[in-house]
Amino acid sequence: MPHSELSGAKGIPVQAIMGDEQATALSQEQWLHMYEQMLKIRIFEEHVNELYKSAKMPGLAHLYSGEEAVAVGVCEALRRDDYITSTHRGHGHCLAKGASVDRMFAELLGKEAGYCRGKGGSMHIADQDTGNLGANAIVGGSTAIATGAAMSSKMRGSEQVAVCFFGDGALGQGLLYEAMNMAALWKLPVIYVCENNLYGEYTHFSEMVAGEISARARAFGIPAEEVDGQDVREVHAAAKRLVERARSGEGPAFLICNTYRYYGHHVGDISRSYYRSKEEEQEWRTNHDPLTLLSRWLLEEQGVDAGVFKEIERRVTAEVEAGEQFALDASYPEPGEVAEDVYA
Amino acid sequence: MSTLNNPTEQVLTGMTSNPRGRFIAPTAGVSAHTREITLAQAIREALAEEMRRNPSVFIIGEDVAEAGTPFKVLAGLVEEFGPERVIDSPISEAGITGLGVGGAMTGMRPVVDIMFGDFIGLAMDQIVNQAAKVHYMSGGKLQVPLVIRTTLGATRRSAAQHSQSLHAWVSHIPGLKVALPSTPYDAKGLLKTAIRDNNPVVFFEDKMMYQLKGPVPEEEYTIPFGVADIKREGTDITLVATSSMVQVCLTAADLLEQEGISAEVIDPRTTFPLDKQALIDSAKKTSRAIVVDEGYERYGVTAEIASIIADGAFYYLDAPVKRMGAMDVPIPFSPVLEDLTVPAPERVAELAKTLCGR
Repeated sequence: MPHSELSGAKGIPVQAIMGDEQATALSQEQWLHMYEQMLKIRIFEEHVNELYKSAKMPGLAHLYSGEEAVAVGVCEALRRDDYITSTHRGHGHCLAKGASVDRMFAELLGKEAGYCRGKGGSMHIADQDTGNLGANAIVGGSTAIATGAAMSSKMRGSEQVAVCFFGDGALGQGLLYEAMNMAALWKLPVIYVCENNLYGEYTHFSEMVAGEISARARAFGIPAEEVDGQDVREVHAAAKRLVERARSGEGPAFLICNTYRYYGHHVGDISRSYYRSKEEEQEWRTNHDPLTLLSRWLLEEQGVDAGVFKEIERRVTAEVEAGEQFALDASYPEPGEVAEDVYA
Repeated sequence: MSTLNNPTEQVLTGMTSNPRGRFIAPTAGVSAHTREITLAQAIREALAEEMRRNPSVFIIGEDVAEAGTPFKVLAGLVEEFGPERVIDSPISEAGITGLGVGGAMTGMRPVVDIMFGDFIGLAMDQIVNQAAKVHYMSGGKLQVPLVIRTTLGATRRSAAQHSQSLHAWVSHIPGLKVALPSTPYDAKGLLKTAIRDNNPVVFFEDKMMYQLKGPVPEEEYTIPFGVADIKREGTDITLVATSSMVQVCLTAADLLEQEGISAEVIDPRTTFPLDKQALIDSAKKTSRAIVVDEGYERYGVTAEIASIIADGAFYYLDAPVKRMGAMDVPIPFSPVLEDLTVPAPERVAELAKTLCGR
């Protein structure tokens, strides 16, 4: 479903969270759509992990499992033609912005049918049709690109907003602050979404990030908000507010989403006890799982029937399995492709 | 603003003895409606014409607007196009390059001004890992029509961090195009081509040649990339010269002429795409070649071009292909030392005489 269709309430209205200021009464249908998007990311990533373990996928992948509420909550606040830039842990952003699982899998397997015709792989998925300017394997590498897209939008008068996803690791990169400085100076419509999943590679962020994260934004006069990144309702409400603010010309914003990656830095990072405990991982999975949080709220407080979730799971599983099979069956690029597309 | 009347007046005083300041006539493309203008004016005209032609072209950089850059190359553009299209940026080379990449990916044609070539080190990730790779990594879907204008060239007494010629760095990277004009005529035609190109182009201007005058047609023209230009025809030896070294080699050719040696001076004008065939053909014709470039000699542009000539003209050569680049030292400040680091006409002529058995 195009994201733009989700901007108006339809179906059965339910009470939105997050206080009085947002009169955003989203319909059950919209929350269920977000649940489906999050579940799609979760099941997609599980299949990616299996592809790696069964040696069917070349290289590595950085799984987004656990962080689904951030990508979905933010992207559901965007128009289809709004821009995002993503990271090495980017599958969730791409899917949340509207990418289809079959071409995602195909790209991960290096197939011609992939989003980048097999030339980008897991860390470089770009999809012009959904405004995805590309995942980036340089930490912080896309912060200025997103800001430039916002500048371009402002110059063209297109009212597009750009969202720059990055992790806590990117807080160590100077480019982020160069970009934020210019975004603030020129009131560019860009939202910096900091996904703090607590670990930059194999190191806890508290060992690498001095001071408060939000103070970095405040120093530039950029409003900063901090939300529970496991609660898609909270993420979405904040994102919607900040996106609308940016779209109306009020400039950039900084959104800190506190979240957690369920797997390691990448699929091969399976012995993690030297940097975090199994108990910590279990605590996040048990008490802070974004799918559980949303489904429980819908079940217990909104009266959604449990059968609805079973149906969604059946549908998503079928979609992911079909997409994976499509990719497994797809062709590799012809050797002649190697020298194509170096120059436009 | 007084500098508008004579915008380059204060810039290069004391440099009149530099061989790069001499007049040079273009070898092609000059029409009846031709004036003499400086290289700086040629750059400015190219930008102004392309900005009038296409509203998506804009300039961003440090002190590009009212100041018109320290070299005054852009003086007057902000008056015509306004601060929305001639954008003064903070001192953030990586940031403005990245903004340029993002702008280029989304419908604009940014021209990013990196004041000194030495500063591309600050922007290198955005140039090499972002701009150069977006088109390929996206399977050909995204394009980056970006121009990065910057400078090269020593002998301005600016020491080690404002004097280097680092065009080999970017010439090494697939996905980038690299232009380095040696005349006002070439500067204007190549820059217009760069702005219209759908790929990232790094455009190097010799900061010592902004005052160089030469004929430039009044009417519109562009110069295609990957086409070398013979700046002086000759029969005994080929001097392949880029950017700043074209003037040096033309002076060397004058010296050689007095010795009865006819030197051909050929300028590739772009290091990528590179007109390999023209360079090989010239060497085949003369049977000797020296490649002269102001980048560091080791692992540099001279090595690449010498290898191409040695390979392509092997059976025609009467002497090994020789190279002259900048001395492999950080550029020193003291003029006495600095001048030793850059190829000079006398040294080029000396080497040419040796190759010709004189």
